[in-house]
Amino acid sequence: MSSATHTHGSHGSSSQSGEVQPLVGHLVSYPTLLATGTTLLLLTIITVAVRYVDLGEANIYIAIGIAVVKATLVSLFFMHLRWDRPFNLLVLVGSMLFVILMMCFCMMDVGQYQHTFIPGNPSAVQMQLDTTAPGAPITLKR
Amino acid sequence: MTTLDSRQIPTSAPDNYLTHTRGLLSWLLTLDHKRIGVMYMTAVLTSFFVGGVMALLVRTKLLFPGAVEWMSADDYNKAFTLHGAVMVFLVIIPSVPAALGNFILPIMLGAKDVAFPRLNLFSFYLWVLGAICAVWSLLVGGFDTGWTFYTPYSTQFAAGGVIPVLIGVFILGFSSIFTGLNFIVTIHKLRPPGMTWFRMPLFLWAVYATAVIQVLATPVLGITVALLVIERAFNIGIFDPSMGGDPVLFQHFFWFYSHPAVYIMVLPGMGIISEIIAVHSHRHIFGFRFIAFSSIAIAIFSFLVWGHHMFTSGQSPMMNVLFSAITFSVAIPSAVKVFNWLATLYKGSIAFNTPMLYGLAFIFLFTIGGLTGIPLAVLSTDIHLHDTYYVVAHFHYVMMGSALIAMIGGLHHWWPKMTGRMFSDFWGKIACGLVFVGFNVCFFTQFMLGSQGMPRRYYMYQPEFKMYHHISTGGSYIMAIGFIITAIYLIHSLFAGKKAPANPWGGASLEWQCSSPPPHDNFAVTPRVGDCYDFSAVRWDEEQEGYVIDTEAHIAAASNGKGH
Amino acid sequence: MSDITNHTDDAHAHDAHGEHAKYPFLAHHFETPYQQFDSCKLGMWLFLATEVLFFGALFVMYAIMRFKDPEVFSYASQYLDTIMGGINTCVLILSSLTMAIGVRAAQTNKRGLLITCMALTLAGALGFLVIKYFEYEHKLHANLKWGPGFYVPASEEAKVAVEVAHMTNPVLELVSANPSEGASKVALVALPPADKSSIRAPKAGPNGVASPAELEAAASTHEAGHVDTAHLLDPKLPPNTHRFFAIYYIMTGLHGIHVVIGVGLLTWLLIASIRGRFTSEFYTPVDLVGLYWHIVDLVWIFLFPLFYLIH
Ligand SMILES: [Cu+2]
Repeated sequence: MSSATHTHGSHGSSSQSGEVQPLVGHLVSYPTLLATGTTLLLLTIITVAVRYVDLGEANIYIAIGIAVVKATLVSLFFMHLRWDRPFNLLVLVGSMLFVILMMCFCMMDVGQYQHTFIPGNPSAVQMQLDTTAPGAPITLKR
Repeated sequence: MTTLDSRQIPTSAPDNYLTHTRGLLSWLLTLDHKRIGVMYMTAVLTSFFVGGVMALLVRTKLLFPGAVEWMSADDYNKAFTLHGAVMVFLVIIPSVPAALGNFILPIMLGAKDVAFPRLNLFSFYLWVLGAICAVWSLLVGGFDTGWTFYTPYSTQFAAGGVIPVLIGVFILGFSSIFTGLNFIVTIHKLRPPGMTWFRMPLFLWAVYATAVIQVLATPVLGITVALLVIERAFNIGIFDPSMGGDPVLFQHFFWFYSHPAVYIMVLPGMGIISEIIAVHSHRHIFGFRFIAFSSIAIAIFSFLVWGHHMFTSGQSPMMNVLFSAITFSVAIPSAVKVFNWLATLYKGSIAFNTPMLYGLAFIFLFTIGGLTGIPLAVLSTDIHLHDTYYVVAHFHYVMMGSALIAMIGGLHHWWPKMTGRMFSDFWGKIACGLVFVGFNVCFFTQFMLGSQGMPRRYYMYQPEFKMYHHISTGGSYIMAIGFIITAIYLIHSLFAGKKAPANPWGGASLEWQCSSPPPHDNFAVTPRVGDCYDFSAVRWDEEQEGYVIDTEAHIAAASNGKGH
Repeated sequence: MSDITNHTDDAHAHDAHGEHAKYPFLAHHFETPYQQFDSCKLGMWLFLATEVLFFGALFVMYAIMRFKDPEVFSYASQYLDTIMGGINTCVLILSSLTMAIGVRAAQTNKRGLLITCMALTLAGALGFLVIKYFEYEHKLHANLKWGPGFYVPASEEAKVAVEVAHMTNPVLELVSANPSEGASKVALVALPPADKSSIRAPKAGPNGVASPAELEAAASTHEAGHVDTAHLLDPKLPPNTHRFFAIYYIMTGLHGIHVVIGVGLLTWLLIASIRGRFTSEFYTPVDLVGLYWHIVDLVWIFLFPLFYLIH
């Protein structure tokens, strides 16, 4: 069996001539890796910068949106998912879908019974405050 | 009693997995999936004994409506909690996938081993560690929260052993995850040529669907019990209302795992039944694809219905309606399976031996268990039935009447393969009958108890319930006798049982094509795969006192398109 | 993709006995190295799926807590140090990059580069833990803790300050209006308007009272009682703020445990690569630990904005 027939990394323009090819798996080029890393760093700087701009509600969505883009970059390029078997991608996306499912159902429910929570300090917190920090302003917030 | 004759066939014992290497260490450090399966089976059955003794203690206490001297109310709480936790986490969840699945799955698939043998052994030792944690909990005062660990009871009150048992559950969760992960990879990557998805026996489909649930749901249980440990130890205010936490949220988290866990328990049992029904009625399974896909459908649906455990715990009305509606839909894939099994039996040449009796018992009990679930899914009736003995009876029909009965049936079905010995079919049938009758006497009574308002988990009860409790306890004793007989004839068969042929029942899947017990590497050459439910090429061989399969004809029939 | 998907079918065509002699790392139950590699990879991805759900449940917990008490999250987030968190994010991303380069080095038989990359990744992991340690240390010093401990003054001076506040009832204000004077200047004044917080609004960012620079200065000068108890003396402290710190410690702590495990794995890889265990034929451990390390990075990518970048 010649290993050439089984070279995984032969597609794409990434393979540099004269370099050893792996028996299995995909080879990602240095420029791709470096570009991914740089983009991730840039996005980090952007997301920190946006924090200091008050956009109200939008801030959180921008922050999460940037995080999703970063996560996609990491999984596609660093984790080789772009070249990997589709089933592995399905495993990752599927697990995330189940997290979203859990979040949606739980949030829908909590949203419905939220008005039943008693505002103010919970009982054990109030007892703690009365003994250790009776002067704290929060002591009064019943 | 013929099978108990010590009419040993003097064969020069070929090398099998039991004789391949010797000594205790060769077992404790084995990477052979068959030996790990046997170790799991031994451990699970030991736990089953412990859980069973606890159940009998609880039932015996309930002979008396008032307080009894020999068991205080606290001890009673600890006994039923231990019974529930042991049966769920140590017995039923690992019983079929980890114990039987480990042994059978690679052989059925035609593989040499599971994909990660070391991980397999590791997950067994995680199970042992989890069991040790349960013992540790008992040493520091036991736990009396019920197996559901509801907050704030488990965070503020409860006996001292809650944290150790939670650590145990966390560890057992990872044991379960690693088993499931191993099986998914094995089924995906280690199928020999010709073993396509639709040539795969239905047991493997069921175990695959189970493994998906194990991998996706169990981590949530892990994090939930971890949070509970932290809450109990540090009062952080996540679940505990006195610190601002939300106890209903705990139930969401817990049931996100624990409803799918019901299917971790019962799905592999359904897989066993598909095998038993087809093999012992010698008839091609009816609706292969329907049964196969209903397993996957159940696995997915199981994630959408967890809120039906929370109708009366403060969950919002909107979610109650939603969860109730989705819960009804689970009935569809379950009914698909039952009807297909019945259609398989129709006009089959049914052999009424012990495994088949367990298979038929499963269909009967599972149907009752499923149908009695409907009043619990209906919001209005659930208000009345919630937390009564009706619920207890319902889930015992599903957990014990279905999952455990299937496990015992599978144990009998593959016992000749695992041990190389035949058990006494006569005593097997008697024991099966006792278990079946005892089970129904014990738990059907509880439907009546519950619908009349007897709450579950109570130490004392009104005198008018006395008769029902007495009948129920009597049933539990009948069951116990059945299980004791089972233990006796199975252990006896190990020493004096007739040597088992390779194919005692006439099965056509791959595990019946290697010797009993299987050799160390399962198959000397990669086996050729036919249609595992095509019994036309299987015939009885007088000389071997077992069935033989004409491989050429079998393969030819499959490739002629006489499949499903 | 087609060249990958062919392998399992091809795998059985070549008969097995040659393969095991040719590839000593091939386990007995696999037919070919491709089957073994694919299996390991799928197994790792399934494990990562369990990690996703493991952390995912905590993200659900976070979302529900924030949904219930949004003001707690926007208030308490100012106690977290965005700059330190940001630096930590960059450290993790860079270590992820060196890990990815390390995988390529292993694939192409570049042992020197592999060793360098493993060492750099390990350094990144340790650096992350050191920064995290300082962050925790500052918070614990100021009693920004989980549970009832959150409501206990951190030191004798702090206790006195709270008691004085109790006597001069009801509210003490910590004046730090003039940053040049530092936080050590404290004045007791009567009854500030209820809407006036002693701690500057979140927009003030990392220069707020709880910023590490000031905390550090305060800690070193030992005049820090009031600063340590800043949150207890703040009229704007919303009820249930301890829950924010509970989820903060749980989520970052669990992530930290994963980093510690990563340190162990990377050390093992470093030693094994120095010993020359990995070749272009067999580099599966590097690849799998790489996947693990990237998912640790991936979790942090979500943790960082959800805790450090909220108003
Ligand atoms: Cu359920």
